[in-house]
Amino acid sequence: MAPLLQLEGVSRTFGNVVALRDVDMHIGAAEAVGLIGDNGAGKSTLVKILSGVHPPTAGTIRLDGEPVSFGSPLDARRSGIEMIYQDLALCDDLDVTANVFLGREPKRRLVGPLRVLDRERMRDETLRMLAELGLSIGPDRVVGALSGGERQMVAVARALQFQPRLLLMDEPTAALSAEKIRVLMGLVEGLKQRGVAILLISHRFTDILHVCDRIVVVRQGSVVGELQPHAQPPEHTMALMAELMTGDRVVSA
Amino acid sequence: MSSLEPGIPTTTLPVTTRVRGMLRRERLGVDPGLLATLVILFVGLTILSPYFLTSTNLLNIGKAVAIVGVVAVGETIVIISGGFDLSVGSVMAAAGMLSAWLLGAGVPLPLAFASSIALGIGIGLVNGAVISYGRINPLITTLATLAIVRGIGYVLSGGREVVITDEGWLELGTGTFLGIPYLILLLVSAFAVFGWAMPRTSFGRYAYAIGSNARASRLAGVAVSRWRLAFYVTCGGLAAVAGLMFVARTGNAQPSAALGYELDVITAVILGGTSLAGGRGTLAGTLVALLVIGIINNGLTLVGVPSYWQQVVKGAILLAAVLYDELRRHGRDEA
Repeated sequence: MAPLLQLEGVSRTFGNVVALRDVDMHIGAAEAVGLIGDNGAGKSTLVKILSGVHPPTAGTIRLDGEPVSFGSPLDARRSGIEMIYQDLALCDDLDVTANVFLGREPKRRLVGPLRVLDRERMRDETLRMLAELGLSIGPDRVVGALSGGERQMVAVARALQFQPRLLLMDEPTAALSAEKIRVLMGLVEGLKQRGVAILLISHRFTDILHVCDRIVVVRQGSVVGELQPHAQPPEHTMALMAELMTGDRVVSA
Repeated sequence: MSSLEPGIPTTTLPVTTRVRGMLRRERLGVDPGLLATLVILFVGLTILSPYFLTSTNLLNIGKAVAIVGVVAVGETIVIISGGFDLSVGSVMAAAGMLSAWLLGAGVPLPLAFASSIALGIGIGLVNGAVISYGRINPLITTLATLAIVRGIGYVLSGGREVVITDEGWLELGTGTFLGIPYLILLLVSAFAVFGWAMPRTSFGRYAYAIGSNARASRLAGVAVSRWRLAFYVTCGGLAAVAGLMFVARTGNAQPSAALGYELDVITAVILGGTSLAGGRGTLAGTLVALLVIGIINNGLTLVGVPSYWQQVVKGAILLAAVLYDELRRHGRDEA
């Protein structure tokens, strides 16, 4: 059976700069994959290709074995790929419900062709989604007044509302305390059990070591290695990752 | 409005908490301070001048703010969406000139009016297209169209004013329906239609979303450029309607009409609590601000302050409104 998502020889150049070179990788259904690399290694470019922001300059993306091309984030979303940006991309002046449904508000017919936002339905579904995630955030609260962790959860709720098959999370731990990171990691486990595949992008590999089934390391635009984090003791995995990320042999103490 | 907080029985709350809850800006859509100002002005002038609280005077205030008000509806929407439109005064004049010129050429009034509104929409399209697709700053863009459109008004008329003799057009300025002037009815309709639409339609929702975070809106799949176009078109169309109202009231179409009107319009919008940074504001706030400004101007006249002072007061109100907006934003960031 074909993996959920497969990249074959994907490259991306910006003018003379080669951001990604001949990348092959795959993500299986309900698999949590970590994407690790230093700043500028090509993580962001790869994510932008997967989320439809940039098209690749060469190579093929396959979804369930079928080649796909994303002209916009909307195309990627329609294919079941949802992205949570590092800055969360929320509208701070809007309430939680409006953010969760932004861009695909359900409407109901009022008279003739006049359709209005179905505010009640949006609020109900947001309440349900928040409860499902075990969150106690009021659906009418303005997002700008929430804490960093709560905002992250709103972004997750928003992504899940689209019922994605693959969730891309860009540096999800960047703005969170150690305790909130544990909450997030529990959430990732829950998502996997629901059958959602997750690609976690980070440059702090300690954060994602424990939840990933597989870790892909990129350096200077190329995939330089892959690790099974549970195949060896954690310290060993960390040393291997650091080695792959920097290209230097790391002497472990 | 018996239970404001779902799940919390209001009867258990002390009355003060309940009143404060009702007066919360988010619920009312109007700053309580502004609302209090309106009440104080109203009561104060009622005491100061025996003429203030008469139906003639109140209708005069309504007519005086009606024209600015119709434009302010469009401007509020544009500013909520993170934009700005300085060209509204020029659009008003050009719309008036065009209808006057078409009437002179024998075109029937409804067709002339439709053409004027189409002109306003067209200018809105140009503003919106340059700003969203050309990615030019809205202040610069609409400052340029302000000059261009004002110039077109002069070109259309050869610089001369046109005295309007058409009964229908003049009737718009003087006539009433059930005792209420048409001008006020137009003002009320504009606020009613868009005040209804802003919280209930995609049009309104996306104005707030785009003004709050345009990038996030784009990533969420909102057609940001197309919606921006729609907001400027709305503003242009409403400015054209206001231009026709302006001519109806003055009885002649002048290329120099509504000069500096953008200042009055923007003062009302900002005083009404719409954030210059976008994403926040309500039409209810703009309406209350319009009434405050209208009553201040009326009061200055009633108590015999020379009309030149009105200009000074107008500028001072704008400055105070902008300072207040800044303070409010600061307070919120620190909260």
